[in-house]
Amino acid sequence: MSLLEIKNAHLKLDDKNILNGVSLSVNKGEVHAIMGPNGSGKSTLSYMLAGRDGYELEEGEILLDGISLSEMEADERARSGLFLAFQYPVELPGVGGMSFLREAVNSRRKFLGEEELDHLAFVKEARKEASKMYVKDEMLKRAVNVGFSGGEKKRFEILQMAMLKPKVSILDETDSGLDVDALKIVSDGVNAQRNNDNAIVVITHYQRLLDHIVPDFVHILSDGVIIKSGGPELALEVEKNGYSGLINAA
Amino acid sequence: MVATQETIDKVKEVASSYKYGFVTELEAEKAPLGLSEDIVKFISKKKKEPQWLLDWRLKAYKKWLAMDEPNWAMVNFPKIDFQDIYYYSAPKAKPKLNSLDEVDPELLKTYEKLGIPIKEQEVLAGVAVDYVFDSVSVATTFREKLADKGIIFCPISEAVQNHPDLVKKYIGSVIPISDNYYAALNSAVFTDGSFVYVPKGVKCPMELSTYFRINEQNSGQFERTLIIVEDNAYVSYLEGCTAPQRDENQLHAAVVELVAMDDSEIKYSTVQNWYPGDKDGKGGIYNFVTKRGNCLGKRSKVSWTQVETGSAITWKYPSCVLRGDESVGEFYSVAVANNAQQADTGTKMIHIGKNTKSTIISKGISAGKAQNTYRGQVQIQKNAKGSRNFTQCDSLLIGDQCGAHTVPYINQHTPSARVEHEATTSKISEDQLFYCLQRGLNTEQATSLIVNGFCKEVMKELPMEFAVEAQKLIGISLEGSVG
Repeated sequence: MSLLEIKNAHLKLDDKNILNGVSLSVNKGEVHAIMGPNGSGKSTLSYMLAGRDGYELEEGEILLDGISLSEMEADERARSGLFLAFQYPVELPGVGGMSFLREAVNSRRKFLGEEELDHLAFVKEARKEASKMYVKDEMLKRAVNVGFSGGEKKRFEILQMAMLKPKVSILDETDSGLDVDALKIVSDGVNAQRNNDNAIVVITHYQRLLDHIVPDFVHILSDGVIIKSGGPELALEVEKNGYSGLINAA
Repeated sequence: MVATQETIDKVKEVASSYKYGFVTELEAEKAPLGLSEDIVKFISKKKKEPQWLLDWRLKAYKKWLAMDEPNWAMVNFPKIDFQDIYYYSAPKAKPKLNSLDEVDPELLKTYEKLGIPIKEQEVLAGVAVDYVFDSVSVATTFREKLADKGIIFCPISEAVQNHPDLVKKYIGSVIPISDNYYAALNSAVFTDGSFVYVPKGVKCPMELSTYFRINEQNSGQFERTLIIVEDNAYVSYLEGCTAPQRDENQLHAAVVELVAMDDSEIKYSTVQNWYPGDKDGKGGIYNFVTKRGNCLGKRSKVSWTQVETGSAITWKYPSCVLRGDESVGEFYSVAVANNAQQADTGTKMIHIGKNTKSTIISKGISAGKAQNTYRGQVQIQKNAKGSRNFTQCDSLLIGDQCGAHTVPYINQHTPSARVEHEATTSKISEDQLFYCLQRGLNTEQATSLIVNGFCKEVMKELPMEFAVEAQKLIGISLEGSVG
């Protein structure tokens, strides 16, 4: 059984068709990349999966580990093990990074029937994971994403992913705003979390991220449908010929 | 008819979500209804007051009769019938208490429900507490320990008996009887409150605290607090308030006066959770309070921190008169107004001495149909050379039916002084909510987190235990306002 199953997803925004029948099956242990030109529906797809208000499916279905997500609110989906790394992480003035992480982790643990971590155990765990992402203690004391550089924001996203241990992670344009060094840190962080029980969907415009996070499958999204699927070589083809060749051929 | 019963229960549950809304069955001794010269005399006699205080009260009463209610605040309410209020109500058969064991067990239970078991408080928290129940002070803990340091902490009615010179010298010295309508009323009919005196060079070793509780129906609460801190002394004072849930409005018109001498500091913190009325604005407390600190001494400091979540109407402007050179005034405020609540609150910073400094941080949160106004005055007088003020007013709106208003008055009479005013208005954005939800927090957790983040600069000014309580309170006050 697939860990994430998207069946014939249709979605409209302001009466405009954005997703026109997306189907995708992601198994445990796999990394999928979804590539596409601007306006192809990539970000809409990630919001739809995460359950953002206003991004409800017109038609179709999504299943996480066999369970339908359609009737679930965003927070329920998150607690069930769906994680979205934001393209533009949101600032939360005055909300300390450490307390935010703890609330999030304990919400997930509670859902899983695990005991909530006490303060000390949590701080220890958070520091361990944070050091892997080159996130300093000082950064965890600051307000979430406030005054963070582009690289810091993305590192903090991946740190949250590491702490929450989701079943399926969707990385929305995680490479945007990153220089080469930051890209490496973030990619290493993601790769460290690849295992046989989870799955990762990387949404990206450029091929360069896929040099670091090497996908098992690549899908090309255009006008709200997947027009072509293949292996990592498909991304190289995009890099070489652009999207237009593929789109015209489809 | 199961369903109907369920509905009724649900409605009851929702309607009584104010968890302090219980009433304590105590026999009370009341003055006759209404206000007259005789009632003023009655109160004074009950308190066995000296003639000078009765004369002072009567003078205040006469002033009050000639005054009009202030009408400049952005609040609406039907005219108060001052003859339909009990001005004195005391739990009956109050003996002279020698120890806490003698306090009426019903009363102790009330405080337990409020989450402040007196006995435990005494041992655990290291907080000295004065309990004012309706009109009288019930018990003051820790007095002996404080007395060792020469600190006086007692009900003001006792201070009148035991320390008349201090009371006579300072009462009305910060807020004169004719200062405003409600202060004049309070001066005429105040029944009890706390008195604190910290002698020269003494840093009060623990937080002093008063818990106010309005219990009786139709009774007003008019407490009066007076705090005097001598040279080089320090005190931190906490004030908490609750009231039962009643359908009619109740009046709370308190006066708090602070006096700070050379190099002294008074830190005054309030967590106000009077009953706010129901969702449609029925019932609730009218909180019409006058609070002012007089920085008499050089380099003295008065700091007000308030978290206001309750009351149907809040009309309150804790202020600082910066008389001493280089004295410092601070005002940190969080005002939450939900449903039909109305808040018009802020501060006055009156700079008189040279190089005086004031800071105002105000955070207003409006939800439901509530109206929340910041009203603040910064006055730099002619001789206040080199003085500085910084004001920051931030408003947060939740939903689209509430309002936030900022009304600053700045009077600058000295070229060398500097006054800064910053103001922002924001909403909890959908992006912020979605981000939190995506991390598994539910809507209420998310709102509470964002709102507490918004208030952080003020919360960090509160003593630790108080800050935790205040955070929860803000969460509860805003329950159901999002989503």
